[in-house]
Order: sequence, then structure tokens, then C-alpha cells
Amino acid sequence: MTGLIDGLGRRTLELLRILGHHATFFVDLLRACPAALRRPYLVVAQIHAIGNLSLVIIVASGMAVGFVLALQMYYALVTYGASESLGLIVNLSLTRELGPVVTALLFAGRAGTSLTAEIGLMKAGEQLAAMDMMAVDPKSRVLAPRFLAGIVSMPILAVLFSSVGILGAYVVAVLLIGVDAGNFWSIMQSGVDVRRDIGNGIVKSIVFGFICTFVALYQGYEAKATPEGVAHGTTRTVVIASLGVLMMDFVLTALMFSTP
Amino acid sequence: MGKKSIETFVGIFVLLGMAGVVFLALKAANLGSFSGADTYTLTAYFDNIGALKVRAPVRSAGVTVGRVAAIKLDPKLYQGVVELAIQRDVQFPTDSSLRILTSGLLGDQYVGVEPGASDKMWAAGDSVKQTQSAVVLESLISQFLFSKAADAGGAPAPAPAASGGKK
Repeated sequence: MTGLIDGLGRRTLELLRILGHHATFFVDLLRACPAALRRPYLVVAQIHAIGNLSLVIIVASGMAVGFVLALQMYYALVTYGASESLGLIVNLSLTRELGPVVTALLFAGRAGTSLTAEIGLMKAGEQLAAMDMMAVDPKSRVLAPRFLAGIVSMPILAVLFSSVGILGAYVVAVLLIGVDAGNFWSIMQSGVDVRRDIGNGIVKSIVFGFICTFVALYQGYEAKATPEGVAHGTTRTVVIASLGVLMMDFVLTALMFSTP
Repeated sequence: MGKKSIETFVGIFVLLGMAGVVFLALKAANLGSFSGADTYTLTAYFDNIGALKVRAPVRSAGVTVGRVAAIKLDPKLYQGVVELAIQRDVQFPTDSSLRILTSGLLGDQYVGVEPGASDKMWAAGDSVKQTQSAVVLESLISQFLFSKAADAGGAPAPAPAASGGKK
């Protein structure tokens, strides 16, 4: 009985310790951001590493998702004679949900892991400690540019994912199946609202970019300075970032789209 | 890779993102189809607006000429007040009438304009009283049932017995 209570107490304290650690790390990171902004080239180089190099996988996945979504929706809608609404359904599902969420999951896998591994190895090679010795703050020199770059890159990637997905759906629906092009676009235009659907999708993707980059940086910075430590950190980045994104997506959807 | 070329690539990346937003806003959503500048407002009073929604189209002869800008209830008349934003280059005679119609059997509702023959045209801010309410399916069905029941009641009595006899 006492062992049970001990265990409960230990776990609660551990949870609080981890939460506090995240919070202090976050505050440090925010405090380091102005210094990073004063050297914008660092941020630009990281946007290149995080954003530009993720472009191929994001565009390819967006195209594939658009193709498949158009085909599946066509099979379902054609029974009701509503195949013209296909564009609207594809657009809403991409801009509201799939664009931000799938991009965030791919982003965690493509960019998050590389951030964690890079920073974990820097730590294992004692580069961060060396920077500290030279009075260079590793948080503002290494972490903050990556953090800002992640937050900037993610919405751009999500918007591109949605756009390419819609174009992919257009290719399948209009060019291959033969849905009327005018109806495809006009039903889409009458049903999609810029602020409500597209704007909220972009807000979502900014939040997800924030989650993914923060988790990746934290796991890299706090990884044990061994090969296993870095490996565990990378795994945890993908798991925690993906779960965080999915849970946050539910909360955001409930807040944004509760009124019809 | 040099500093310059990285900056170029990031510039291209950001430009691609902007192009994506513009594509989503203009081609995939309704921004820019009707901006507020070149429209004028009419106010219409309906006994029942049915399932009309804000941003529903206003059509004349099937052509979209405007949008529903706002919907509210008149607290004195208990009528639905619908504000219509109509394109400035489209004018209607003052004896035109408005109806709430449904596109297709299950489609969205829209406001249809039946043009009249008057020489005077509606101006901005005019209020329109010649309106016809939306058809509410339930009241249509209940009217139909009542008229059926009235027919059955008017006929000389033994309807239930007859149907029982056929079985």
C-alpha cells in the first residue's frame, strides 16, 4: 500500500519536473530569439535546411494525397450524382485538416529528426560546451535560429501541400475522370471561405510547426551524450511531436469549427 | 553552397509559399469574386427565410448578381430582414419581386429576382416589400395532408370499412 502511494508521488513529482524543465527551456529559447533575429543569415540558412530540403517530400505527398482523395471521393459521390462537389470536399479536407496535419507529421519525420540528431551529436561531441566556454550562448547561436526557421517553414510547407493536393485532385477529377471543370472550381469557390477555412488552416500549421520544432530541439538538447541517447532522442521526437500534433489538432478543430 | 545561393533558394521557397496562399485564396476560395466596393445594398423583408444563409447568391434568370450580406430579425414586424449586396452594374425596376428558391432538390437556398416593368430603378438602401417566402417542406406536406384529409372527410363515410373489406 505504502509502495503504491510512494510510486504515485514519485510519478507526480517526475511529471512536474519534466513540465518545469520544458517551461524553463521554452523561456530560455524565447529569450534567445531576439539575438537570433539580429543575425538573420543564421535563420535563413536554417530555413534552407528545414524548409527547402523538405519541399520535395511535401510536394510529392501532397500530390499523392490529392490524387487518392479525388479518386475515393469520386467513387463515393458518383452514387449520389454529386461528383461535381468533389472539388469542394477535397479542398475542405485539405485546407482544414490534411494539409496542416500530414505536413506536420512529415515535418516531424523529415526535419524534426534531423534537428534532434544534429543537436544531440553537437552535444555528444561537446561542441555546445565549447561554445559556452567561448562565451557564445549555444541557445541563441544554435537553437533559436532553428526554432524560428521551423515556425516560418511549416505554414509555407502546409500551404504548398494543400495547393498541390488541390491541383492533384484537379488532374484526377477533371483531366482523367472528366468531371466538369467549371463546376469543379465554382462549387469549390462558393463553399470555401478564405478566413474560416484557409486562414484557420494556416493558424493550425503555425501551431504545429511550433510543436514539432520545440519538441525536436528539446529532445536534442536534453539527449544523453551517447549514441544510444541520440537514437532515443530522435525516436522520442517523432513519437511526442506526432502525438502532440494530433491532440492539438483535435483541440484546435473544436475551437475553430464549432459553429457551422 | 555559397551564402548568396542559399539566400536565393530561401527566397524562392518563400515566394512559392506566397503563390500557394494566393492560389488558395483566389482560385480555391471566393476572395475577389465580389469585393464590397462595387456593390449596392438592398434590404428585403421576408415572412420566412427558410434555410437562407449569409453569402448565399442572389440570382436573376439564374445568373449570380450579388450575395446575401446579412440576415436578422425585425423585432417589431417579426419578419426576416435580409441585406443583399448587388453588383453596381446590375439594376432592377422598383416593381421587381424577390423570392427565396432552392437550387436543385436538396441544394442551397438563394434569392431569386423577378424583374418588373417599371421605369424607376432600385437605388442603394431601398427596402423591398414584394417578397415571397421560402417554401418550407414541412408546411407543404402538412397542407397536402390536410387537403387529403378534407377530401376524405367530405366523401360519404365508409373509407376504413372499404379498405378493410378489400383485404
